[in-house]
Amino acid sequence: MLQLRNIRYAVDGTDGKRTILDGVNLDFNDGEQTIITGHNGSGKTTLAKIIMGIITPNDGTVVLDGDDITGLSVSERARRGIAFAFQQPVRFKGLTVGDLLEAARGGKPTRAELCDCLSEVGLCAVDYIDRELSGNLSGGELKRIEIAMALIRKCRVSVFDEPEAGIDIWSFDRLSGAFAALKGEGRISVLVSHQERIMRGADKLVVLDGGKVARVGAPDEVLKHIRSVSVSACGRLAGGENNGKRA
Amino acid sequence: MANALNELEKRLLAQVADLEALPQSGAFNLRENGKGVARGNSAGVEITPKTDKSGIDISVKAGVKGESVHIPVIMTESGLTDLVYNDFYIGEDAEVVIVAGCGIDNCGSQKSQHDGIHAFHLAKGSRVKYIEKHIGTGVGTGGRVLNPVTEIFMDDDSAFDMETVQLGGVTTSVRKTTATLGKGAKLNISERVLTSENQTATTYFEVDLVGKNSSVEVVSRSVARDGSVQEFVSEVRGRTACFGRVECDGIMMDNAVIRSSPRVSAENVDAELMHEAAIGKIAGEQLVKLETLGLSKQDAEAMIIKGFLK
Ligand SMILES: Nc1ncnc2c1ncn2[C@@H]1O[C@H](COP(=O)(O)OP(=O)(O)O)[C@@H](O)[C@H]1O
Ligand SMILES: [Mg+2]
Repeated sequence: MLQLRNIRYAVDGTDGKRTILDGVNLDFNDGEQTIITGHNGSGKTTLAKIIMGIITPNDGTVVLDGDDITGLSVSERARRGIAFAFQQPVRFKGLTVGDLLEAARGGKPTRAELCDCLSEVGLCAVDYIDRELSGNLSGGELKRIEIAMALIRKCRVSVFDEPEAGIDIWSFDRLSGAFAALKGEGRISVLVSHQERIMRGADKLVVLDGGKVARVGAPDEVLKHIRSVSVSACGRLAGGENNGKRA
Repeated sequence: MANALNELEKRLLAQVADLEALPQSGAFNLRENGKGVARGNSAGVEITPKTDKSGIDISVKAGVKGESVHIPVIMTESGLTDLVYNDFYIGEDAEVVIVAGCGIDNCGSQKSQHDGIHAFHLAKGSRVKYIEKHIGTGVGTGGRVLNPVTEIFMDDDSAFDMETVQLGGVTTSVRKTTATLGKGAKLNISERVLTSENQTATTYFEVDLVGKNSSVEVVSRSVARDGSVQEFVSEVRGRTACFGRVECDGIMMDNAVIRSSPRVSAENVDAELMHEAAIGKIAGEQLVKLETLGLSKQDAEAMIIKGFLK
């Protein structure tokens, strides 16, 4: 089980301290998939990065299987079994898709593994393993490779920050399948998403609002509540017409 | 020596020319400690020593395809200064791979220096792939100095593809490359430089796009660590309808200094010239990305640099 306890994070703003996350408590159970959603700027990326150790909270603890891992570095957490896919993929001059998947897997993957892993994100290994992760790849391609790097690690905890952004509907279909397959075997997955289809397939839906947990529950119920409160403000959750926009 | 290479010679040869031994086929010339020590011609390539100064003339016959020329230089004696002139004449429509380069091993306290002046004369339609590696090894306090000069004269529709690599160990280098391009000629230069300690490396590129529709692309990637200093100066002049692009990326670490001044001069409205220069430390987000894959900070750094200099 992964637990966030009283997570608080604030930054120095122009007019004093600005609180980004304010007392967040969440439990992620073994074998469960949780979706975190909420308005742009509500703190979703910050929360995801706190799980990976990329951001250190001012207060609060991150607990994995009973161990306090708040003090562990990013590499240490990765080795403890946490994978992370960035909202904005990083480019590398001179490193190929193959190089990065090998680093992600911690050893040379077989051709079959590469094929499986890249086809889960809708890419053909033959066309991509030797491509440089630089400006020659489109945003959508980079995004899918970013997701593949997290998938190939087959970690106990996998965190994906808006994996659907910039992905075409055909690849998205496959991707939904890959996320559904993350469930089970006691694995924990956390997805930041605005996609109703991804939300409905999850076990739990969390709504963040202004750095606080506004609601947690079964996806159907939480979605129903969101609609009843404000159709206009949360319309994006229902319609999906904003799919592709980055928060 | 000629046929029996010792371990040090073998290692240098492997590092600068990817050769395990003296080549059995293709043309070659091995220069060691200021003297030509082994030479061989092939059906399409003739190498003749110069009579007026030190160096060789390399003639590649017109129409020759698929031949290679290896002309490595190795220096294993401390305190030697070697100046050599090599002239290449590439016949019409010939296609050839030329592997040059210099390895200096200096275990002594005196300076070892090699200045190789290479001139390439490409006839119409000829194509050259030129690979040049420079390395310095040895624990001596004497400097390892390399000053390669490359002059390229390209006739119409010829192509020159140059890979120049200097990955460590060279105390001081000044690399000067100039080129004049005729109609439709294509020049491609890729440079990789790594410096550390108190080393200095300076690169000058000067390219004249004289012939219509000629083009040049220069990609320079360098890494400077410790207190090393690098300078990159390039000037591309477009005198007609032509295309030129210079990309210069530098990663600096520790207290290193990198200076870059890419300059483009367009002297015709149809000259399309551009340059991009980016210098800085390793991007923090790249390090973090690799750390999320389980790499330590040191391993992440090493992987980024290795890829960048590939
Ligand atoms: N380092 C920072 N300095 C100042 N403000 C920040 C910083 N990081 C994030 N923020 C702000 O915190 C809020 C939450 O950001 P983020 O977690 O990226 O939101 P989300 O992913 O939900 O869109 C935003 O208003 C953002 O501008
Ligand atoms: Mg975000």
